[in-house]
Amino acid sequence: MSDIDADKVRARASLLAEGRWRWPEVLFWAVAASLFFLVPTKLTLLSEIMILGLLALSIDLVLGFAGIVTLGQGAFFGLGAYTAALMAKHGYGAAPLLGFIPINDPLLGLVGGAIVAGIVGFATSFLVLRGSDLTRLMVTLGVALIVEELANKLKWLTGGSDGLQGVLPAPLLGKWDFDLYGQVAFIYAFVILFVMFLVARQLVNSQFGMSLKAIKQNSLRSRTIGMPVNARLVTVYTIAAMFAGVAGAMLAQTTQFASPDMVAFHRSADALLILIFGGAGYLYGGLVGAVVFRVMQDFLGGITPQYWQFWLGVVLLLLVLFVRGGILGLLRNGRDKFFPKSGKD
Amino acid sequence: MLTILFDGVAYGMLLFVLAVGLCVTLGLMNFINLAHGAFAMAGGYLTVLLLNRYGVSFYLCLPAAFIFCGILGAVLERTLYVRLYDKSHLDQVLFSIGLIFISIASVDYLMGASQQIVNLPSGLQGRMEVLGASIGVYRLFVIVICGLLTIGLQYALSKTRFGSRLRAAVDDGRVARGMGIDVTRIFSVTFAIGSALAGLGGALGTGILSLDPSFPLKYMILFLIVVAVGGTSTITGPFFASILLGVADVFGKYYDNILEPLGKLIGVELPGIGAFTIYILMVVVLIVRPQGLFVRGASR
Repeated sequence: MSDIDADKVRARASLLAEGRWRWPEVLFWAVAASLFFLVPTKLTLLSEIMILGLLALSIDLVLGFAGIVTLGQGAFFGLGAYTAALMAKHGYGAAPLLGFIPINDPLLGLVGGAIVAGIVGFATSFLVLRGSDLTRLMVTLGVALIVEELANKLKWLTGGSDGLQGVLPAPLLGKWDFDLYGQVAFIYAFVILFVMFLVARQLVNSQFGMSLKAIKQNSLRSRTIGMPVNARLVTVYTIAAMFAGVAGAMLAQTTQFASPDMVAFHRSADALLILIFGGAGYLYGGLVGAVVFRVMQDFLGGITPQYWQFWLGVVLLLLVLFVRGGILGLLRNGRDKFFPKSGKD
Repeated sequence: MLTILFDGVAYGMLLFVLAVGLCVTLGLMNFINLAHGAFAMAGGYLTVLLLNRYGVSFYLCLPAAFIFCGILGAVLERTLYVRLYDKSHLDQVLFSIGLIFISIASVDYLMGASQQIVNLPSGLQGRMEVLGASIGVYRLFVIVICGLLTIGLQYALSKTRFGSRLRAAVDDGRVARGMGIDVTRIFSVTFAIGSALAGLGGALGTGILSLDPSFPLKYMILFLIVVAVGGTSTITGPFFASILLGVADVFGKYYDNILEPLGKLIGVELPGIGAFTIYILMVVVLIVRPQGLFVRGASR
């Protein structure tokens, strides 16, 4: 009996140790926040990067931690975007919720986007449980394509391929309007990203997160030691869908627009690439990847505007052939090489 | 009605020729090659180039596309794909998405972003009446060619020495290797043939499918559906899956507004079903039979 208790104590201690903040993390967020003052002319781009980062983070939850290959995270992103956009459009001037929260309130829009994306994520998660990587790939892709077609075809609701105009979110917290320079948008995106990141961090360093890693390594063994594998996968898929929904809602609110482009295949593919650039399974991979991706897009797109896609493909090939684990994987390998740790990692 | 069925079958047959290479490579090497459509696009563009710019006969373009894409496939397999076999599915997916991006951008650069139109030879234009159905000569041509190819493939697979080696390798690669079958070589040859068939399909399909730089992405999902529904262990599975999808898609597009009366009834403008038919079909199939419709018990 005491053995088991000792094990429990050890397990809890190791979870706590995993969850401790280290100085590179603090530095990362400090630098991110200071960009507000360092590059005040690029705030719109920075908010976009943070939104992309949040989307990639949501993929990291399913791919990096639970090992589900998905090409359809864009579906949830788009659902969140359309939900928030519709709430902001039709909530303008409508009777407020509970008498004091306007329907087009940005934070309420985030909640709405998360709920809608979560519901669809939950409903489709059962499809993802079955079959091989290929089946999962196809089902996620199929769901994303259906959502995209719906956004295109349900003209009365979504405005079709012209997109949804007249998206007017209420001022943030009733005080700050989204301004032209993107200052409010930056702070908004930063705070939401940070909060969502904390949630994700808490999640993967909990017992739940540990069980996900176990499932990723060997789902059969996890099942035999009594882990509810399917329930865990459904949960994480739904949570990730909600994360993507929040990201989409933020994009719709800060750009005051929603279009089928936000659901399109290239959203899902880009976000997956961003995560792979940065490195899956670190939580920070998506964020680092988003920065590199957008900076590269600006740089390469500046040299040959239309053919950014070409170079993206080339980088992708090189990445798969020669670099394992993305940028953070490289950094970790470098660290292990130059500062070898004594004992176990 | 018969006309729609006929068009559907023609579309399905074409789909089969396009996708069969993907099925075999997936079954043989467990390799997810999303860039399969890029070979079909190469075949299609080669045809456009030869036909419209150099005036080569359409009938000569078909074997040219077949050979060109076969060589292209063989070269890429030996130089690039071979490094990916022992990597994870995720790596393979990313790799082939990278290839798709490169092919799209290259074609865009070389040929322009607009949709390409081929002038079919006069012998293939027009329609004729058979049993009260109006049949396009071109579609009949497609059906005949694809039908012959299917029979040829089935024969090669079931009767020749290469075919039996291939089947052995698909069933159990390790044992086949142990029996002295050179699985790597078989795979190279199969990959080349699969690419060649895709190229031929792309060339044949120039009159049915819309050919523009986004081709590999647009049809990727269709090929994948064929694989998922038909399975990877036979070629009859993908064949019937292709026909089913082709017919379903054409029917869906033809009866696009089938939901309109219902929409009027509940006062909402419902979208046409045409764009959704195949996706819904796929999801339903994957729910009912996750291993595919035409797969014998075993899964890999």
